[in-house]
Amino acid sequence: MIRTEELLLNVGPQHPSTHGVFRIIVKLDGEVITEATPVMGYLHRGTEKLAENLNYTQIIPYTDRMDYVSAMTNNYVFCHAVEKMMGLEIPERAEFLRLIVMELQRIASHLVWWGTYLLDIGALSPFLFAFSDRERILQLFNELCGARLTYNYMRVGGVKWDAPEGWIDRTKQFVKDMRLRLDEYHNLVSGNEIFLARIKGIGKYDAETAIQYGLSGANLRSTGVEWDLRKAEPYCIYDRFEFDVVTGKNGDCYDRYLCRLGEIEQSLRILEQALEQFPDEGPTMGKVPRVIRPPAGEIYVRIESPRGEIGCHIVSQGKAEPYRVKFRRPSFANLQILPKLLVGETMTNLITILGGIDIVLGEVDC
Amino acid sequence: MEPTRFIEKPLSLGLASTFALMAIGLLLVVIVFVTYAIYFERKVIGWMQFRKGPNRTGPLGLLQTVADVAKLLIKEDTIPAKADRHLFILAPVLAFVPSFLVLAFIPYSQNLQFADLNVGFLYYIALSGISTIAIIIGGWASNNKYALLGGMRSAAQMISYEVPLVLSVVGCVMFAGSLNMRDIVEAQAGYFWHWNFLPQIVGFAVFIVAAISELNRTPFDLPEAESELVAGYHVEYSGFRFAFFMLSEYVYVYAIACLTTLLFLGGWHPPIPQLDFIPGIIWFMLKFAFIVFSLFWIRATFPRLRVDQLMGFAWKVLLPLAILNIFITAAWIELFGMGG
Repeated sequence: MIRTEELLLNVGPQHPSTHGVFRIIVKLDGEVITEATPVMGYLHRGTEKLAENLNYTQIIPYTDRMDYVSAMTNNYVFCHAVEKMMGLEIPERAEFLRLIVMELQRIASHLVWWGTYLLDIGALSPFLFAFSDRERILQLFNELCGARLTYNYMRVGGVKWDAPEGWIDRTKQFVKDMRLRLDEYHNLVSGNEIFLARIKGIGKYDAETAIQYGLSGANLRSTGVEWDLRKAEPYCIYDRFEFDVVTGKNGDCYDRYLCRLGEIEQSLRILEQALEQFPDEGPTMGKVPRVIRPPAGEIYVRIESPRGEIGCHIVSQGKAEPYRVKFRRPSFANLQILPKLLVGETMTNLITILGGIDIVLGEVDC
Repeated sequence: MEPTRFIEKPLSLGLASTFALMAIGLLLVVIVFVTYAIYFERKVIGWMQFRKGPNRTGPLGLLQTVADVAKLLIKEDTIPAKADRHLFILAPVLAFVPSFLVLAFIPYSQNLQFADLNVGFLYYIALSGISTIAIIIGGWASNNKYALLGGMRSAAQMISYEVPLVLSVVGCVMFAGSLNMRDIVEAQAGYFWHWNFLPQIVGFAVFIVAAISELNRTPFDLPEAESELVAGYHVEYSGFRFAFFMLSEYVYVYAIACLTTLLFLGGWHPPIPQLDFIPGIIWFMLKFAFIVFSLFWIRATFPRLRVDQLMGFAWKVLLPLAILNIFITAAWIELFGMGG
């Protein structure tokens, strides 16, 4: 008899495909995983604790650093929570600017995902293509607020900077080009036999499991559940625009892939409408007291980030600093299903499944 | 013109030194090829990805690989404390030596060949098989789990794909009635539709797929699968030992491109006989360059297969196809006589 033993393999925290400092300890029987234990917290910076000693405006840059691939939506969820607590009125132009940057951000975030996911699967070029398109979005953001990644763009009551001259036209041009590029992406990747063989039927779960695990975003929609907070609980001015909630059917990595690419298309649709209706002038900041002191009480708001439902829970005692801030981070919630999905899969599928969930470690560890 | 056959003449000092010098010449050619193959690989993939590729070291970045190799040479030679020292040192040598040995039997034109072996292709298979052992030894001796997984994968992959690789060539061998490379090329003389890639289209397809897999290149680069196994079997290797692994990998690219040219693309024959005035070596180089370029092209385009799919593909698709091809070729020769 040959004596066989299980191989305990430590994947990460320094591993090219864990997308940051994420670690999984896997037990391998040959190449098949029998047990997986995720270890997280390497990037924990105590954002929520830090927020207790900062005033509301000072917290906004910290939200940039949670999901650094989608900083605009983080900005928004925090500002939105404070505004809702104080009952502030947001000027039209600011609402439009917020919506436009959030949708651009969604596209940029999905592009990062698309590129890195294909890199995980072994295709080199899509990464470069996706990043060259994302570069244009970052350039637009740079013109708008002077930052490429951590924008600190939104404020309680509006946005910090107005769109510079010609910015709307340049964005329109980008939306036009991006539609063509999206077709190219589908041509290049979506029908590739090797790619399909790699991700079809991998990391499958049904709608019930997804809901029990509290999944959201494309991870939930890939199972066929039509749940998008932009439609289900419209915030900002999403109720004024026409778009579809993209859903999958099988709940596997391929459906998640199609969902995300479909969302890029829907974002482009929203952007086309929003850029047409963009008001010519108007203030970008509402009337906000000099020191922001939300009334005592608590509030929970949630919006749809590219990764799923991002929530912000603020407890205020009527002071300039919050008593407690809690963020519901979609990456963290979505990651919890990973050990369940990994059992019985191969080492290669580990990467496919982990990549398919689309996590950002800055958000997982917060 | 009858090629000069050194081996049949009495050995003199002059002959021996000529032979040694020519061997060194071939080594230099191969080393220069590897240097610039790496450079062009980076350039070509760069262009395909809207990048510029290396362009800083030397004019047009031409010295980039030279600088890289120089860096590897002067790096500290590290051996992991818990590695099996002897095997760890042996593995790169074992990978490197056969990769250069296989070059001996390749005829570049009518007159330029080092060893005119009658076993021809079998010689290549026999020697390149040794490299698999080197990879397993490297993966095992590193005492690293990723290296071990990479080594095991590589062993399984190379053994599986050697079978269809050999069988896909049998058709060409049957057409030529010989294993000798020179005979196989001469059997393809004439217009380009006499080249084996058309009459042996199935064999050609199987050969290309199996060859890419033998080379461990995309989409079959699982042993090194960067995104899962970090670097596979050579994860613990650095400096010159790592360079040896890389070198042997690219020498095999050279060898496979030569083999494809000889077996399926008519070797040194021009596509139409009227173009005879251009020397055979030029035709050989053109075809060779095309194959190498295609390998880069594939690398820029395809994702990677999964390990179980890879094995299934070899045994369930390539092997039956190769056997079918042999059967059809045999029937063809029986019914219509030799050649396409």
